Amino acid sequence: MENFPILSFITFLPVVGMLIILFIPKTQETVIKSLTLLVTGIQVIAALIILHGFNYSLGGINDPSSFQFIEKFKWIDITGFSWIGRIKVDYFLGIDGLSVTMVLLTAIVTFIATLSSWNISKSIKGYFLMFLLLDTGMMGVFVALDFFLFYIFWELMLLPMYFLIGIWGGPRREYAAIKFFLYTLLGSVFILLVMIGLYFSSTETLADGSKIFTFNMLSMMDVHNFTANGILSPLNPNNLRLIAYIALFVGFAIKIPMFPFHTWLPDAHVEAPTAISVILAGVLLKMGTYGILRVCYPIFPDITIKLVWFIALFGLINIIYGALCAMAQKDFKKLIAYSSVSHMGFVLLGMASLNTIGISGAILQMFNHGTITAMLFLTVGVIYDRAHTRGLDDFGGLATQMPIYAGFTTLAFFAAIGLPGLSGFVSEAFVFLGAFGSGSIRTLAVIGTLGILLGAGYMLWTMQRVFLGSLKEKWNKLPDLDFREYAMLIPLSLIVIFLGVYPSAMLNLMNASVNHMVKFMMDAKTVYGSLIGF
Amino acid sequence: MTETVLIQLAGIILFLPLLGFIVTLLLGKKIKLIYNFENAIIIIAFSLSVVLAFIKLSYYPQNTVVGEFQWINLGNLPVLGPVSIDLGIMVDNIAALMIIVVSLISMLVHIFSIAYMKGDKRYNRYFAYLGIFTFSMNGIVFTHNILMMYIFWELVGLSSYLLIGFWYEKKSASDAGKKAFIVNRVGDLGMFSGILILFYTYHTFTFDKIFQQIGMGHIPFNSEFWLTVTGILIFCGAIGKSAQFPLHVWLPDAMEGPTPVSALIHAATMVAAGVYLVIRVFPILSGGALFFIAIIGALSAFIPATIALTQNDIKKVLAYSTISQLGYMILSLGVGAYSFAFFHLITHAFFKALLFLGSGSVIHAMHHEQDIRKMGGLRKKMPITYATFLIASLAISGIPLTSGFLSKDGILAGTFAFGSLTGNWFFAAVGFLVALLTAFYMFRLVILTFHGEPRDKEKYDHAHESPFVMAMPLVVLAALSIFIWYTPNPFNPEQGPLLSQWIKAPVIYTPQDARYPFMRSDAAPKELGQTAQANNEEVVFSETYTEAMHNAHVPAMLLSLFVAGLGLLFAFLFYQWKKLNPDKLAEKIKPLYNLSLNKWYFDEIYDATFVALTLGISRLFAWIDAHIIDGIVDGSASLTRYISSFSGKFDNVVVDGLVNSTAYFSGFVGLVFRRIQTGKVQTYIVLVVFSLVIILFLFKSF
Repeated sequence: MENFPILSFITFLPVVGMLIILFIPKTQETVIKSLTLLVTGIQVIAALIILHGFNYSLGGINDPSSFQFIEKFKWIDITGFSWIGRIKVDYFLGIDGLSVTMVLLTAIVTFIATLSSWNISKSIKGYFLMFLLLDTGMMGVFVALDFFLFYIFWELMLLPMYFLIGIWGGPRREYAAIKFFLYTLLGSVFILLVMIGLYFSSTETLADGSKIFTFNMLSMMDVHNFTANGILSPLNPNNLRLIAYIALFVGFAIKIPMFPFHTWLPDAHVEAPTAISVILAGVLLKMGTYGILRVCYPIFPDITIKLVWFIALFGLINIIYGALCAMAQKDFKKLIAYSSVSHMGFVLLGMASLNTIGISGAILQMFNHGTITAMLFLTVGVIYDRAHTRGLDDFGGLATQMPIYAGFTTLAFFAAIGLPGLSGFVSEAFVFLGAFGSGSIRTLAVIGTLGILLGAGYMLWTMQRVFLGSLKEKWNKLPDLDFREYAMLIPLSLIVIFLGVYPSAMLNLMNASVNHMVKFMMDAKTVYGSLIGF
Repeated sequence: MTETVLIQLAGIILFLPLLGFIVTLLLGKKIKLIYNFENAIIIIAFSLSVVLAFIKLSYYPQNTVVGEFQWINLGNLPVLGPVSIDLGIMVDNIAALMIIVVSLISMLVHIFSIAYMKGDKRYNRYFAYLGIFTFSMNGIVFTHNILMMYIFWELVGLSSYLLIGFWYEKKSASDAGKKAFIVNRVGDLGMFSGILILFYTYHTFTFDKIFQQIGMGHIPFNSEFWLTVTGILIFCGAIGKSAQFPLHVWLPDAMEGPTPVSALIHAATMVAAGVYLVIRVFPILSGGALFFIAIIGALSAFIPATIALTQNDIKKVLAYSTISQLGYMILSLGVGAYSFAFFHLITHAFFKALLFLGSGSVIHAMHHEQDIRKMGGLRKKMPITYATFLIASLAISGIPLTSGFLSKDGILAGTFAFGSLTGNWFFAAVGFLVALLTAFYMFRLVILTFHGEPRDKEKYDHAHESPFVMAMPLVVLAALSIFIWYTPNPFNPEQGPLLSQWIKAPVIYTPQDARYPFMRSDAAPKELGQTAQANNEEVVFSETYTEAMHNAHVPAMLLSLFVAGLGLLFAFLFYQWKKLNPDKLAEKIKPLYNLSLNKWYFDEIYDATFVALTLGISRLFAWIDAHIIDGIVDGSASLTRYISSFSGKFDNVVVDGLVNSTAYFSGFVGLVFRRIQTGKVQTYIVLVVFSLVIILFLFKSF
């Protein structure tokens, strides 16, 4: 087991499943579904094995030697390529405390989403093919350490998502799908440009002592690897590094989604089938913030330090603006979509603190938001499946008719508004503790606490409109949860409660990496300072 | 016996009700009688509380027992160094007394509810909710750090939300639950900000560690101003939870919950948590913060008392009276009468729980009629309810031989002492005025409900005394409203162990300059000052102040007796003997009457400002989002499409036009030449020959 390439396994297992499904006749619907469930189930087990073998004391971030489960092979190697010279791309996978949380999240949410996909009725084979491809793309993003590979996975996830929304979505699915696709593609273009710029600015030293350009992200994090006149080199006195940072940041920010690039999200959510909403909110949004932490922060620490106030400001806008927009919605699913905007703002605010508590809070919030929002979208799906409407004013009194459903929704709602004892509280508290501890963004943090109040406002109002009051005549035949819905909601509920009571389970996992990153960002000041008079 | 036993006991008392909640909630549908499990749990928890308090108060009256564990360890952080977050249990005398109050009232309310809630379709769920409430409240009592305080603070908020909205089919009930939660969160934001400052400054949440550091002169942002701000921010939590002005608006609405819940949560325990919080952080409150607290307390004592004068819903009167009494406690803390604030918390918990349960008994008997204008004469029908309600009313009015007389008198003496020490008599004036109003509105309530002739004959005829499980808690609470439990001398509370041994004035840690002048070390009389410097701050604070209190004791008592008697007299003149006509008086002072009847228009003002503003902005933002921000996105897409269609046209017409015209030209040429392509060999031969001739002719010259 020592040398078993478990990261490749967990990443490409869905592709294997896909290939098998290709050969299953499309009438064998149950087989296709079960196989997908099996694949995602094995992924969860693999994630747990990774967790079991994970060394909590290793930092990672910019240090290749403290990454874990590393797999590094020569992948593309073309020599004598006219004026560029030699192009070499590695197949380089590895995880640290930052990515292990996301791998775990992806495995769990995808498994739940598979269960949630059970009642898809239109061309099942195609759906699950796309679903599995999406799975590989997401997982790959979180384990890739080579920028080129990272980008390929990033793009890989785009196409299946487009089809999943565009074919299996609601009435305006085509509009939503193309909006999602183009918007994200725009972000990808930014990322691609910066990636190429970085490639031509940084080098790695080969065994024979020669230096070649590299896509290795970890090499890009060492300021000494930049060539003196590289276009994005910190040694180069042009301002392109700042521009590149902003471009890269926007590329990731679209995915978060950060105000004002967020409007694709409500449309995508409203149109996407429940399972895809769960994946979208549960995993995809995290790729944005993950990208910022994995790429923007360590490769551009000099710029990050200068811009944290703006990152925090946009976080604050997300929190307040998202919450206020959520409050005005009349569609249950759209409301939850806007609440995601608000909650992802906490992640931005936390990571802008540049201290351990804040960044831990941000990563924890990414995980918690993933599980809580997955629950929220599942509960919306439950009612939509039965009532075929999501209008908040259409309901009322459902707590009487569907008490267990109401119970799970209450749990999810209170987790979302940060009730202590549930996971959302710890991450939100940490975000604020961290942000308050960082002098420059202290005021923003204090204003941001308003988000907690607004969150309680729109969530409880929703609660009241859907579940409280007297039951409407037309809903008095709605059945309560069935077995499959239990199977989706119970695991998530347990996670939400467990991490609320014992957040250390997650915090310890990331602690070494977060401390390492904070240290790295602080040192960057002196390192870059001595180099370029920063 | 060791101190760890206390911690273990406290831990069991804390978590037992949680167990009750989980079991009762999960099995509530399947097992009809599961509520008995919850009740049994509560009885055990109460018994253990008695044991705990007994051990603590008799064996370790001087010690504070702490048991803590590391909840989160963040390791060795860059810059900050090692940081960990500890949670833990602290058992001091305050906590030991408080836990008895909480678990006793909780137990009595559980028992009372067995009959009161009978027949409710969510009977088991109700008991489950009581369980989670008791758990959360116990957490507040036992916490040794401000983070855990906040955690359980929010959890009592949740249980309060669930119980206020227990009959959620009624819109007013679900509105009230929502309102309670959100208004409380407003206060909690302040408290949370205060916690942020504390953690930022001290890197710990533990009360004791924070106190020690402040004692060493380490204060937030190195400024006394910020110490005051921190104190006020923490106090914001109490403003919300204890329904103090200006966040008091949720409590009257919370009466939508079942009446036993009002007794437990919205009268005796949870709302007192705000007072408890201030008691916990009292050692670090600066003079400025205390003054702010006193003002809020005074306003909260006065405004609701004026509102209670004119309300006709029996529970609303009691709700406003609760706010007013909590205001007393807060005021008491603000002027430095620390011990009496906690004393009043205890006595008030019993007599106010009694008043609510009594009103529950009445409401139960009157088939859910709450309007006192439709009651009257119930004295004969419900003798136990009447007698116990009367005792509680005497207690809250501050009539001798009751517990309320002792504690309220102490608070009034405190305001008096504050006046004599600082020259500020405002608080004393408010205190006595409110005492007058309290006696009046309480006896208005008693007379209208129980005396005179029944005004709704039909309901009266159906009324009956409540069953044993409801009457028993009333009797127990009535007994606890008598002075004897607290002191052997009905005119001097300090002769009892409660005030002489158990409740001690705390050690003050705030820097000297930041305190009230009379709390400074050098403020003590000379002979005391030396001992103060030799011993500790506690002596200074209590001696200087206690002396002033002693001087204030007798005049304050006489005056308070006078005003209480006056209030009582007027209540009888108006409502019993009908010598004065309340309606005529109301006519005369119409604007004031309306102000009181309409609760000073707080709800209307908040609805028109904060609520309307928030909803307005949210709609505006949603509109901006859908039309402007998304409009830009869609617009840029349309623009792209427009440009692309233009470039498409350009491509079609111009670029492709060029290509095509080349093709047309070729075609044209082809067309011309096609004519000579006849396909006949003869023609071709002729053409070839002809061409050869021409070529030869052309090349001839070379």
